[in-house]
Amino acid sequence: MPVAFGINEILETLRMIEVENLDIRTVTLGISLQDCRGGDVRTVTEKIKEKVVKYAGNLVAVADEIEKDYGVPIINKRVSVTPISLVAALDSPEEYVECALALDEAAKEVGVDFIGGFSALVHKGLTRQDKLLMDSIPEALAGTERVCSSVNVATTRAGINMDAVYEMGKIIKRTAALTADADSIGCAKLVVFCNIPEDNPFMAGALHGVGEPEATINVGVSGPGTVLRAIEKHHHADFGTLAEIIKKTAFKVTRMGELVGKEASERLNIPFGIVDLSLAPTPAVGDSVADILEAMGIARCGGPGTTAALAMLNDAVKKGGAMATSYVGGLSGAFIPVSEDAGLGRAVESGALTLDKLEAMTSVCSVGLDMIALPGSISAEIIAAIIADEAAIGMVNHKTTAVRVIPVEGKKAGEKVTFGGLLGGCTIMPYKNVDPSGFVAHGGRIPAPIQALNN
Amino acid sequence: MKKNRIVITVVGKDKVGIIAGVANTLAECNANIIDISQTIMQEFFTMIMMVDISNCTVDFGTLKELLQERGNQLEVKITAQHEDVFHFMHRI
Repeated sequence: MPVAFGINEILETLRMIEVENLDIRTVTLGISLQDCRGGDVRTVTEKIKEKVVKYAGNLVAVADEIEKDYGVPIINKRVSVTPISLVAALDSPEEYVECALALDEAAKEVGVDFIGGFSALVHKGLTRQDKLLMDSIPEALAGTERVCSSVNVATTRAGINMDAVYEMGKIIKRTAALTADADSIGCAKLVVFCNIPEDNPFMAGALHGVGEPEATINVGVSGPGTVLRAIEKHHHADFGTLAEIIKKTAFKVTRMGELVGKEASERLNIPFGIVDLSLAPTPAVGDSVADILEAMGIARCGGPGTTAALAMLNDAVKKGGAMATSYVGGLSGAFIPVSEDAGLGRAVESGALTLDKLEAMTSVCSVGLDMIALPGSISAEIIAAIIADEAAIGMVNHKTTAVRVIPVEGKKAGEKVTFGGLLGGCTIMPYKNVDPSGFVAHGGRIPAPIQALNN
Repeated sequence: MKKNRIVITVVGKDKVGIIAGVANTLAECNANIIDISQTIMQEFFTMIMMVDISNCTVDFGTLKELLQERGNQLEVKITAQHEDVFHFMHRI
């Protein structure tokens, strides 16, 4: 039997992995905790730990094995669980903090990098549990290492819960204060959503939705470096050709996700969920979404043309990726997390990329205002108003949007912060200090848009 | 792994004994070479081997380590991956 592949194909794969940072960003094991309900805090936390360890005990070993067999790096192994506000009916924020500590312990025991699902879905209103869990978020994030929290405050179907939006503004500020000694890093593990997906493998927003099975494997890929190199070779191509190149590259990148997901599913005997067709940057040089936009001819990301370039990139990634996997899900699109992308960081530093431009960019890509460091002086009301703006974009356009901003306690615009690892670091961005208190204070819900009435 | 075929890639400066060296390591582990294809690309010796490891006497991880050691001796870079990775990426 002859070699079934050309030398060029084999070398291309090797180059993508070794030079262009192609990797699997995460294999995320979703676990339902719906059968952990009931009992006092000790009973619930014991049940949760037991269940996570039972299902995720082999996750890291299996992922490492797959990495070795296929030579494709798997950077993170993660666990997502049923939103905790639906699982634990506890009586105080302190008890929810204990729940977060239990999740953290479970994550450490099985060796995963993050555990997501310390979450509440409050787009139409808060239950007693939602309220208690939200109140516990600052302490929970300050007291844990690997726990990630998300709160869904809006959907296209329900509108925007402005009470929850305002509350999240305050919670983000409190989280920042409690983790002030580490550049307010607690806020890097907290994300506020509109139209949260139930099968997202990416943090900090991963949770295991109520419509999901007992357990499932979701995979997120990362390939900005491969797309960048492909585009760099075609400086003068027209947009049709560029889109074609991006599609082909996205196809190959996504196939790796499909292969790893299927293999992990088989070896762990847990059903395969989805591949997230993502273009997730890392702080590594050349693994940047901003670099791709600049390679298309925009001198500095954030300048005029950026939104159009990103729209084209995002669409081509989806078209290429959609054919490469049997099940698409999660966030699926190019990410623009400022601190995690060296090119975006550079653009912010140069002043070309502003908060307003980032907001515009989020209307054409995944997922929202992500990993943006803001001055510690910013008010809870302004953060709430930023969340409301972003949620409005998601609500009206039937898409997921999110806000993960870090108001860095004690620091000003222009100063640098470092979060470390995949979270990277960046320059603190200025914001418009125009008071939205009157708007935010209205309270209640912004009604669902006419787009929701599609039955 | 359902099928036990791996692709070994050797890249480095051309010299005497590369194929012999790699083949030796494989023979010692009872891994069967199914096909070899080699070329010189931009002055670099590039060899691709399709190898059946069904009856291999060591596990895949150990085989990779042995190949890496041999690569160090020969001053070439050797990678070994299960063939599915190329099927998935390049074939529909």
